[in-house]
Amino acid sequence: MSAHADTHAHDDHGHHHKETFVTKYIFSQDHKMIAKQYLITGTIMGVIGVLMSLMFRMQIAWPEEPNVLFEALLGKWAPDGVMDADIYLALVTIHGTIMVFFVLTAGLSGTFSNLLIPLQIGARDMASGFLNMVSYWLFFVSSVVMVISLFVEAGPAAAGWTIYPPLSAVELAQGGSGMGMTLWLVSMAIFIASSLLGSLNYIVTVINLRTKGMSMTRLPLTIWAFFVTAVIGVISFPVLLSAALLLIMDRSFGTSFFLSDIFIQGEVLHYQGGSPVLFEHLFWFLGHPEVYIVLLPALGITSEIIATNSRKPIFGYRAMVMSILAIAFLSTIVWGHHMFISGMNPFLGSVFTFTTLLIAIPSAVKAFNYITTLWKGNLQMNPAMLFSIGLVSTFITGGLTGIILGDSALDINVHDTYFVVAHFHLVMGISALYGMFAGIYHWFPKMYGRMLNKNLGYLHFWVTAICAYGVFFPMHFIGMAGLPRRYYTNSNFPLFDDTANANVVITMFAVVGGIFQLVFLYNFFSSIFFGKKAVQNPWRSNTLEWTAPVEHFHGNWEGEIPHVYRWAYDYSKPGHDEDFVPQNVPMKEGEEELHH
Amino acid sequence: MTAFLTIIIVLFIAIAIWQMVKIFDLAQVGSDNGQVATDRDNTINGYLMMGFLIFIYVITILSFWYLGDLPLMSNSASEHGPQIDNLMIISMVIIFIVQTFTQFLLHYFAYKYKGEKGKKALFYADNNTLEAIWTFIPVVVLAGLIIYGLFTWSSIMNIDETEDPIVVELYAQQFNWKARYAGEDNTLGMANVRLIDIDRANILGLDESDPNAQDDIITTELHLPVGKPVLFKMRSQDVLHSAYMPHFRAQMNCVPGMITQFGFTPTITTAEMRENPDIIEKVANINALRKERREEIEAKGQELTYEFDYLLLCNKICGKSHYNMQMKIVVETEEEYQAWLSQQQTFKNSLVK
Repeated sequence: MSAHADTHAHDDHGHHHKETFVTKYIFSQDHKMIAKQYLITGTIMGVIGVLMSLMFRMQIAWPEEPNVLFEALLGKWAPDGVMDADIYLALVTIHGTIMVFFVLTAGLSGTFSNLLIPLQIGARDMASGFLNMVSYWLFFVSSVVMVISLFVEAGPAAAGWTIYPPLSAVELAQGGSGMGMTLWLVSMAIFIASSLLGSLNYIVTVINLRTKGMSMTRLPLTIWAFFVTAVIGVISFPVLLSAALLLIMDRSFGTSFFLSDIFIQGEVLHYQGGSPVLFEHLFWFLGHPEVYIVLLPALGITSEIIATNSRKPIFGYRAMVMSILAIAFLSTIVWGHHMFISGMNPFLGSVFTFTTLLIAIPSAVKAFNYITTLWKGNLQMNPAMLFSIGLVSTFITGGLTGIILGDSALDINVHDTYFVVAHFHLVMGISALYGMFAGIYHWFPKMYGRMLNKNLGYLHFWVTAICAYGVFFPMHFIGMAGLPRRYYTNSNFPLFDDTANANVVITMFAVVGGIFQLVFLYNFFSSIFFGKKAVQNPWRSNTLEWTAPVEHFHGNWEGEIPHVYRWAYDYSKPGHDEDFVPQNVPMKEGEEELHH
Repeated sequence: MTAFLTIIIVLFIAIAIWQMVKIFDLAQVGSDNGQVATDRDNTINGYLMMGFLIFIYVITILSFWYLGDLPLMSNSASEHGPQIDNLMIISMVIIFIVQTFTQFLLHYFAYKYKGEKGKKALFYADNNTLEAIWTFIPVVVLAGLIIYGLFTWSSIMNIDETEDPIVVELYAQQFNWKARYAGEDNTLGMANVRLIDIDRANILGLDESDPNAQDDIITTELHLPVGKPVLFKMRSQDVLHSAYMPHFRAQMNCVPGMITQFGFTPTITTAEMRENPDIIEKVANINALRKERREEIEAKGQELTYEFDYLLLCNKICGKSHYNMQMKIVVETEEEYQAWLSQQQTFKNSLVK
């Protein structure tokens, strides 16, 4: 097996390498260090994104009231502490961009794909450590550019995270469509390059560097999820890049890909023959798969954590893999459900309704398999397990309303209302965030050699869980009352006055939930230095990463890489004394590999 | 200075929370320092899972109780409205059954099978019958919803032009709406933003040489006769907008460079809707809330008392004043409509010569 030979060639590699501070901590090519870099950068971006959401939530709850927080943080955009309408849209826009791309794509996939792919398949490192390093630093640069864009004179991009032209293309339409949008596009172009390098690396590594015995059908579900996510990324991110490039051409070089017949502020612009609908197609060709780029890694992490902490095999391994593949395939042919009322042909709407609702089938299979995995288990309620159960809960609640939004006839009336906001925050935002938290609680010992404090973890989970439902559950109802999203204030519509109190309640839940993330930040940063020292396999897990020693070095295992003899889910298998059998334990005589 | 003080205060609050957490953290030392869940943790969190299940049910009930008058699931004012509402109600019922059932299983199992030392879990890796069941049931339910949904969708979107609908253009610009009626000939005149001539008051860019344009009527309020099909042709002059008419279950984007369309038949006049008991209750509720905020509302120069009206809202982010881009819709009897229309100026007469 060539993979095996390869790993041997690597054997001498890690041990004799002298590492300086710069090569170890900054321009590191070690996947474990790169994972940590992604996590820390993603966390910092996450703090910015959440802070923004708290600010615009306060504006919605107490519209146009002076707020000292705005005065302090927004400066000239909040004269006398009253938030400006332009900056409101900018906050909404940048919150979306940061959370979707920088936190839940790079922060989630970047951290856990990097950490777990080599460790769980039994490889010394990624296929290309150098490209991996470049990928992280491109992500870092794109984060810096995005943050810089917040400080430009005319304001950051404010056309919504979907940046539909002409609003995003014509500076006369909105201040944020000037320099702010330019930097947004530059940042995203760099981000996409970073994401592509990362994804290609993940794909090549999973295909080529599996240790002896690690067949595709023995891969942990985490790796399946990361692998398929990377494939979707490689297929769809280039389309967003081309959309961004065409938009840059329209903005700066006078082309008319997306623009036509525009009269604005007293002048006719020269654009002729383009179509904004074309941009919507290109954007959502990435935009919808992006939902699954965010969600699948979280589901993979959850599968692993639920099985480990239930002390049971994941129920229906093959069905889980098939449903990941089905979701991945379907995710690339449903983008039109964001465009039912965009002016595209209604017949296309019918097609997209059909494909969209099909996604509910593999999703339902996954949800029931998780629930069945819990059945008759011996559940170890570690914080990671709580977040995983929480994920299944929000995935169901948020996913179910997809049946309404995916149905073109029903979408007519709830499109772009708070119903949509509630739906996607629960099903992808909160679910993916829970997946990320679960991953951090579970693999923190692997990353830092220390344990996170579990009691703080419990506090963090329960408050977050209550606040997440407190925010997004009532939001469905004000959406059904017809309240449009992205309104700076609803006070010009007496029609919606009866939703005002609900908005105050929602904001309060959001603020409390936001503040309690400090518990997590404290736990995280203090445990890096002062946490209790971890043992090698604290959760008594089967996967290979726990066979590697606690202390890190480039190359992961001393001596030979462990061989794999079984799948990752032999928990509580009859005929064994312990309730777990790691993948590198050979089969006993007469023992059967059950899942085939 | 205030800004500086605020930052200091926020910083202090953050430090205070940090310290409290630290105390909480230190207080745990000695009791159990393993950081891996013990039987006690499993038990406590198992009970909390049941508590959380109750929380989910309670928040569901509270949301229905306080926010569940769901003005968009009843009292639709268009012919196709009840179709959408029925489909919505069917979908919601299915959702709530599935939600209640699966959340129960998830949280109940989390409670029931909470871990104990020495207990062994059941090694249960697969069962094809079960997998088939929960593949097949969603397939059947979704097939039903898809078929129902597609029939509804195509009956709404396929406009029957033989019914001779009134043709009205909805014209969007940052940040207001105009309506253009086709006039006697029921044919809209040609138009393009390049023909806009503000000095001559040709604000929608109508082709002055087009005979069909001469009798067109441009208004800032949308009046519709009850019971007659209307075909809207949407146009935008600058960025994307969306013409959202929630009471009529109607929405379509306005896209610069192309004409989009949506049609419906209004069934209830504004006057009739104001007499509807649900609407009376809703309006009374809103007015009670507005009285509490009297000062704020009067400071803004708004009317204190709200009276029900149909509205056209912009529902696609379009710039700074997106939140205030609206037009009143009046549905009235044919006679009232004709009377109103005859008072409006035709395009020919509205031009500055």
